[in-house]
Amino acid sequence: MEIIVNGKRERLEESMSILQYLSAKGLSPERVVVEYNYAVVKKEDLGNIILKENDQLEVLRFVGGG
Amino acid sequence: MKDTFTIGGIALKSRLFVGTGKFSSHQIMTEAIEASNAQVVTVALRRIDLDSAEENVLNFIPKNCILLPNTSGARTAEEAVRIARIARAAGCGNWIKIEVISDHKYLLPDNYETIKATEILAKEGFVVLPYMNPDLMVAKRLQEAGAAAVMPLGAPIGTNRGLKTKEMIRILIDEINLPIIVDAGIGKPSEAAEAMEMGAAAVLVNTAIATAGDPVAMARAFDLAVQAGRMAHISGPGATRLYAEASSPLTGFLE
Repeated sequence: MEIIVNGKRERLEESMSILQYLSAKGLSPERVVVEYNYAVVKKEDLGNIILKENDQLEVLRFVGGG
Repeated sequence: MKDTFTIGGIALKSRLFVGTGKFSSHQIMTEAIEASNAQVVTVALRRIDLDSAEENVLNFIPKNCILLPNTSGARTAEEAVRIARIARAAGCGNWIKIEVISDHKYLLPDNYETIKATEILAKEGFVVLPYMNPDLMVAKRLQEAGAAAVMPLGAPIGTNRGLKTKEMIRILIDEINLPIIVDAGIGKPSEAAEAMEMGAAAVLVNTAIATAGDPVAMARAFDLAVQAGRMAHISGPGATRLYAEASSPLTGFLE
């Protein structure tokens, strides 16, 4: 199946939760903010949401800014 | 002398807010923030680059600082609201600097969209600090919309050109019963001091510190300038006059 992450289509070979997706990318959930289909996901829910075809994920973090 | 001002129920002692963009390294940024004595520090939210490991800026901001995420990248009120909600969900408090910009040349804020975003976010319990183009009526609307402070620009972002909008900022300070925090354009400590002498509650400085030859020393210079300007404001500057008035007594000369 394919999902859209940060605006880019990406193929997932197996079904997984958002938490598993982040781990596979080497990202600690403590350091990022995730929006799933335009709704912010609470950290405790990251493991409960299983990604489906055409889901949209935004994975964000804080950077320097004024 | 106890001289604080309050935003979002928090009494702030330092009147210098600093931004975290454009520093040459995280380490220099940390040292500059410490040297500035700032209590409020701005950050931005961006998409992660999944192909490269990047360090998290939050790890380099002193823990006792209040984080002020901005909504940079937002072109409409709707986008600013979305970014604000994400920032709050990230667990970094409920302060938000609204920045709605669609002008790429001068990066001037869209006052109309900024008012709309302020209204929505203030209702949702955010402590809203809107970046705005200094205009009295807009500042009044922002106040009605529930802003916790108003942040007029001195000059376009990153230009280091100083208080080009000085007269309009003076009017905001005079008329608006909220802290006025001069944001953007301040390039030198003397300009920060000038804003404080006029009665600004605080100033926000990023580029002038981050791009200085020695950012850490410049951060300290801004801290001192902001303190000096504030002290001068409280002290009540003497009147200006056209003609000279001797400072030394004019009597008791030699014959």
